[in-house]
Amino acid sequence: MKKSRRSFLKAAGVTALGIGAAPAIKAVASSGSVAAPVKTKKAEALNAKRWGMVIDTNKLTDEVAENIVHACKKAHNVPDFDHEPDAEKYPDTQPVNKTQEIKWIWEEHFEHAFPDKEDEFLAEKFRHLPFLVTCNHCKNAPCVQACPTQATFKREDGIVLMDFHRCIGCRFCMAACPFGSRSFNFRDPRPFIEEINPDFPTRSKGVVEKCNLCAERLAKGQQPACAEVSEGAITVGDLEDPASKVRELLAENYAIRRKQELGTEPSVYYIM
Amino acid sequence: MSKNAIMAGLVVFVAMALLPFWYNIGGSSAAPEPELSEKAKAAQKCVLDKYDMRANHMSLLDEWRDSVVRDADRLYESTNGKTFQMSLSTGEESCLGCHTDKEKFCDKCHTYASVDPYCWECHTTPKEINQ
Ligand code: HEC
Ligand code: HEC
Ligand code: HEC
Repeated sequence: MKKSRRSFLKAAGVTALGIGAAPAIKAVASSGSVAAPVKTKKAEALNAKRWGMVIDTNKLTDEVAENIVHACKKAHNVPDFDHEPDAEKYPDTQPVNKTQEIKWIWEEHFEHAFPDKEDEFLAEKFRHLPFLVTCNHCKNAPCVQACPTQATFKREDGIVLMDFHRCIGCRFCMAACPFGSRSFNFRDPRPFIEEINPDFPTRSKGVVEKCNLCAERLAKGQQPACAEVSEGAITVGDLEDPASKVRELLAENYAIRRKQELGTEPSVYYIM
Repeated sequence: MSKNAIMAGLVVFVAMALLPFWYNIGGSSAAPEPELSEKAKAAQKCVLDKYDMRANHMSLLDEWRDSVVRDADRLYESTNGKTFQMSLSTGEESCLGCHTDKEKFCDKCHTYASVDPYCWECHTTPKEINQ
């Protein structure tokens, strides 16, 4: 068979076109059938531009404070070092070191919560009031800047949150936090959880943890656990919304924040 | 003379080279058969196609946790039309809410493949809690 150079080049050109067209044809054929999955928030989720908390110290009694701390521990499987571990399930549990306690929200004396406001002639009532302290979800959070893995980050709605999956346990965040709001798991917390709550994972040895402002409850349209049991002592709402309950409280009352002079802009206010 | 020695040497060599295969004859373990729970059977469909799940469930879980923890998105509308509340271990629609028996499902494959996800140091399984 004799072939001219011309007809050979024609055939080669058509073949090359065919090869080039294959991916394009495939893309057109598949684009109709495969839609991408869609990820959304629940309709009932509570939203804010910047979440904040107002604690009314006048309504805070010892009993209320205790209920609040307990509710938080239960909601998030926070270990309680006073709990005696089940000897059968966790044999050979070493004795605890109370200084390694895990704290999300806890009672603190006034002079420790507000060291700059301590005064010789301070009203006696303040010295004995229970003060509750927790993560301040600072606007300029130093822990977020310190974290080398972005495990601690600031969510769009102002919550300073931890991604436990990324935490490498370096504890830079603990050094950066001026409020001592972060705790390191020096040991497996599970033996010290009285009753494990299946609605929230525990943590493991080697990660840092802190208050998450109940991000998992806000996503379901529920108030944070502390606010729910606080009998009005704790209000959580949107600081950027002038019509919100927290703003109303701040407009009507004198409120202070912890270590304001450091410029971290805490989002937790205390009505005195 | 040397022919015999070479033949004998060859036979020994081939036998040695094939030793690993002799050794494993009959002893090879069968492919794992993860058991679907009654609940999963009733639901019929997983998040993705069966084969896609088999090959890619690790990356799906990775995607889920980033969405939930970092983007605050908790609902996942799959390409198969079903909507899931993205979770590994909490709630009825989570992986374990449907694949209720971790030992008979996840662990069957994982033990076979010698993978030991560390997720369970924190995420809980219903069994463990009821113990
Ligand atoms: C609503 C129930 C349901 C949920 C939720 C669910 N699955 Fe499934 N899963 C199924 C069913 C049903 C099958 C079997 C599908 C089939 O046979 O086509 C399956 C199959 C699988 C398989 C393949 C098993 C095999 O035999 O190869 C894997 C792996 C899997 N699921 C993992 C997961 C993971 C991981 C999650 C969470 C991200 C999850 N599933 C969530 C119902 C569910
Ligand atoms: C069909 C068998 C099969 C089933 C069923 C299965 N897995 Fe897997 N899974 C695997 C294999 C194989 C790997 C390892 C893949 C690799 O390393 O590339 C794996 C890896 C993983 C990983 C990543 C582990 C790591 O260290 O990177 C996670 C997480 C995981 N599986 C979760 C689950 C959960 C949860 C279930 C049950 C709901 C489940 N798997 C059911 C086969 C299975
Ligand atoms: C150090 C503890 C820890 C480890 C280890 C861990 N998780 Fe998590 N995980 C959490 C916490 C805490 C949340 C937050 C839950 C929430 O906000 O509802 C979470 C959330 C998730 C979520 C989304 C919400 C939910 O309820 O499941 C997924 C998916 C997830 N993790 C997958 C994994 C996988 C897969 C692994 C293992 C490869 C893993 N996690 C290991 C602590 C952990």
